[in-house]
Amino acid sequence: MFVSQHTQDNHEIPGTTIFDGEMAMRGYQLNKMCYSFNEAENRDAFLADEDAYCERFGLDEEQRDAIRNRNVLSLIKAGGNVYYLAKFAGIFGLNVQDIGAQQTGMTVDEFKTKLESAGD
Amino acid sequence: MATILGGICTSHIPAIGAAIARGAQDDDYWKPFFDGYPPARDWLRSVQPDIAVVIYNDHGLNFFLDAIPTFAIGAAHQYHNADEGWGLPTLDPYPGDPAFSWHIINSVVEDEFDVTMCQEMRVDHAFTVPLSLMWPDRSEMHIKTIPIEINTVQHPLPSPKRCYAFGQAIGRALAAYPKDLKVVLLATGGLSHQLDGKRAGFINKEFDLRCMTEIVDSPEALAALSTHELVELAGTQGVELMMWLTMRGALGSQVRQVHSHYHIPVSNTAAGLLLLENAA
Repeated sequence: MFVSQHTQDNHEIPGTTIFDGEMAMRGYQLNKMCYSFNEAENRDAFLADEDAYCERFGLDEEQRDAIRNRNVLSLIKAGGNVYYLAKFAGIFGLNVQDIGAQQTGMTVDEFKTKLESAGD
Repeated sequence: MATILGGICTSHIPAIGAAIARGAQDDDYWKPFFDGYPPARDWLRSVQPDIAVVIYNDHGLNFFLDAIPTFAIGAAHQYHNADEGWGLPTLDPYPGDPAFSWHIINSVVEDEFDVTMCQEMRVDHAFTVPLSLMWPDRSEMHIKTIPIEINTVQHPLPSPKRCYAFGQAIGRALAAYPKDLKVVLLATGGLSHQLDGKRAGFINKEFDLRCMTEIVDSPEALAALSTHELVELAGTQGVELMMWLTMRGALGSQVRQVHSHYHIPVSNTAAGLLLLENAA
């Protein structure tokens, strides 16, 4: 256990991962790779040879599978932080509604309707 | 002495910047959002600030997990925007006021807020989008800027209470600056939203409306929430309410609400705008 116990009641929030020290250590290489996608030439290098790019950043098998499958929930489980994952998703033209739909098992239209209905 | 005119809280969603870049402000989807902003621009035109202190959170442009500061203050002559990974057009640099920045840094550290000091700081959408909303025409933007950045990426985050107290220290620093400058604060981010996990798409209108009311006259009640409670009530990215609390701390105890606007949704987010004038 890397993280000491808090004094506050930090009960689990359903469907939510708190990106704490433990997750940050778990996902460091994955997030470092996604951070590199700020630069267009790195996005191009990734697209040119995904496996080589993942290898360069030292991703483990679980992370590489999640990248290969473009699976956001798996990426989060493997330590991905959504701020950096958004840069990965952007390579494929996916925005936060697209990844929201994927994570909630909805179509993008259903997900957009859910967002709109929050204003009712 | 410097005068704090007031503060403006606004959401900072990247999609807003993209909509501005393609001129979509009058589209059916965007119009109800952009229609909230003219009163804030009118106010800025009437009060003519010299400096905008922009309290925002970096989204992995300037800071990576190798070293995440809790509170960071820019002290540069200018602040550059850069590609955040989506290839949006990069905006022109924003002029800084390093002498004023160092005054704030010296003052808040003396006040026991041990900030990270940045002589280079790339500013992302959370800094640029609110400025684009306030000054759509850069040729009319004659202010200098001071970025103050707060960590929302890596837990543990500073507590809402700590952010509010940090804001109070910023307020003391600004008021003590010997130059006769007019300062406006911008707090960017929020309101409720969550991008990640099976709870993605979470929006809490009831809590947002509570925030927009309480932050005016009883901000201590919001500042008493724990970070965890804030995640539960506002979503993992809704913690950006911390920026609003920091700004509120920097304003005086008495403020007057000049304008407010709330719209659901912009992208995955409940968008809020609040303009508070300092009651002298």
